[in-house]
Amino acid sequence: MATWLLRRLVQAVFVVLAMTVIVFIGVNVIGNPIDILISPEADAAERARAIAALGLDKPLWQQYLSFLYGVVRGDLGRSFVFNEPAMRVILQRLPATMELAIAAVLISIVVGIPAGLYAGLKPKGWLSQALMAGSILGFSLPSFWVGLMLIMVFAVQLGWLPSTGRGTTAALFGVQWSFLTRDGLAHMLLPAFNLALFNVSLIMRLTRAGVREALPSDYVKFARAKGLTPFRVIGVHVMKNIMIPVVTVVGLELGTTIAFSVVTESIFAWPGMGKLIIDSINLLDRPVIVAYLMLIVLLFVAINLVVDLLYTALDPRVRLEEQG
Amino acid sequence: MSATTLPVPAAPAPPKEETPFRRLAIDFAESKLAVFGLVVMLLIALIAVIAPWIAPQNPYDLAQLDIMDGRSPPGTVGGEGFTFWLGTDDQGRDMLSGIMYGLRISLFVGAGSALIAGIIGSALGLVAAYVGGRTESVIMRLVDLQLSFPSILVALMILAFLGKGVGNVMLALVMVEWAYYARTARGSALAERRREYIEAAECLALSKARVVFKHLLPNCMPPLIVVGTFQMARAIALEATLSFLGLGVPVTEPSLGLLIANGYQYMLSGKYWISFYPGIALLITIVSINLVGDQLRDVLNPKLRR
Repeated sequence: MATWLLRRLVQAVFVVLAMTVIVFIGVNVIGNPIDILISPEADAAERARAIAALGLDKPLWQQYLSFLYGVVRGDLGRSFVFNEPAMRVILQRLPATMELAIAAVLISIVVGIPAGLYAGLKPKGWLSQALMAGSILGFSLPSFWVGLMLIMVFAVQLGWLPSTGRGTTAALFGVQWSFLTRDGLAHMLLPAFNLALFNVSLIMRLTRAGVREALPSDYVKFARAKGLTPFRVIGVHVMKNIMIPVVTVVGLELGTTIAFSVVTESIFAWPGMGKLIIDSINLLDRPVIVAYLMLIVLLFVAINLVVDLLYTALDPRVRLEEQG
Repeated sequence: MSATTLPVPAAPAPPKEETPFRRLAIDFAESKLAVFGLVVMLLIALIAVIAPWIAPQNPYDLAQLDIMDGRSPPGTVGGEGFTFWLGTDDQGRDMLSGIMYGLRISLFVGAGSALIAGIIGSALGLVAAYVGGRTESVIMRLVDLQLSFPSILVALMILAFLGKGVGNVMLALVMVEWAYYARTARGSALAERRREYIEAAECLALSKARVVFKHLLPNCMPPLIVVGTFQMARAIALEATLSFLGLGVPVTEPSLGLLIANGYQYMLSGKYWISFYPGIALLITIVSINLVGDQLRDVLNPKLRR
């Protein structure tokens, strides 16, 4: 277990290192930082001085090392737009994104698992068929268009829910959160549902497949023969076995949900990291782009690592394989 | 998939001569829904190809546009004397024509990138399976790395570095998609390469390239075709998303995603049609391709063969 964990950690470090190389090449080799960082009106002497000050006259590997040093210290330069350290700009928007992503994952669990259970237990029922057909739509519909339709129906036509922004926020641990106020929750509902739609379909299908697989198996028959209540058979015996794939997917999808919040945040003007990165790309705010990419890579590697660990903890077979 | 989607044996029609293609066609036709999807898909492709001849208006020709017709609701009769069945956008462009031309861009980018990614990914996957050793582990590590990041993030990163444009979007889509083909190609090539016909080809001392691409590749095609269908649908959706975010195709060549983005600001004032109809066109395109892909997966899967 310890060697496995160590190997996995070393791998993770290599992935992060590889990504710093890619980001560095993308920013400093493909794009020309001189054009962006130095005003076009500067004369030749001024340009040379600025290039030297920024360290752009050094060989590329030295530039990379100083970039890496900056990454380690969390110093990725100042945002051109906000005139603040890029990392701080990103971190200020992190809570909004996390709040939205976690709400979306919660919705997908609360809706997806019961719907999948129902569809698995009564596969012939009309509601199950409707749920399955709906899940195909959930996969096929482009999420940005669904977002627009949600705004059109619930915000414009019916006027039930607000369509943009975070609403009123309240502070907890020095950070502003929307989920603590009624108004904030109302603002969160549409974007969170929009972001959850794909995962609801996914978790529903996984749960249904798991139930359909578990029902004819010997342990379920035995549990029934023992005279356990159906509630206990499903709730304890079946659920335990279908949780493994569901937990894996929920974990992995948390990362994807954070990435896809780029789309949802842009539609609902949710002031999170995703909207910030789109704005930064359009304004060519390179330090913020780099900071976002590095942060999201770290986040992803961390999530993958945790899911792997959880997986080993949940499934004894995986643990045995690793030892053998 | 569940047992209900298994192809049910049709009435034992006396086959004239069973070519693989005819057999495929017969199996495919067993699902009415899939045939419907195929017909819709072909119809959409046809519309995209012949758009310049059937569209009521050339949406790129500014001389044909009248700003006075701007944001007319569906069914309005415009100044030129023809009806805007799906309304007009903010510049008085007929939405129906805009959608037809937009389909051209969306399908071109989607199909083109799926094809290029298919060629690159399959080649790498086949080589990985056939050569093995260090080459294989390097290629498969790259595949794993690629697949551990969500597609939108990878595309976002590439477009952030390169800027927007049709070529750059296609490059980003290829970068996102190749790994799926590589994984599939390697998987089926690993099974195929132990077969006798590969051994026979090797005994004939054919060149490695010839064995891989002339003998191994044709037998790995079925799963690759299935992946290709789904990837095309995904590419179209991702291109639309990127264009919606303003990172995709330029405004001079509006795809469906960009048309939807153009209508976004008018949606809040109740002018739904500028975003709604391009979205419907996008939805029909993606669903029809997915329906075809679903049936192809069942038909081409040897495990489900009777």
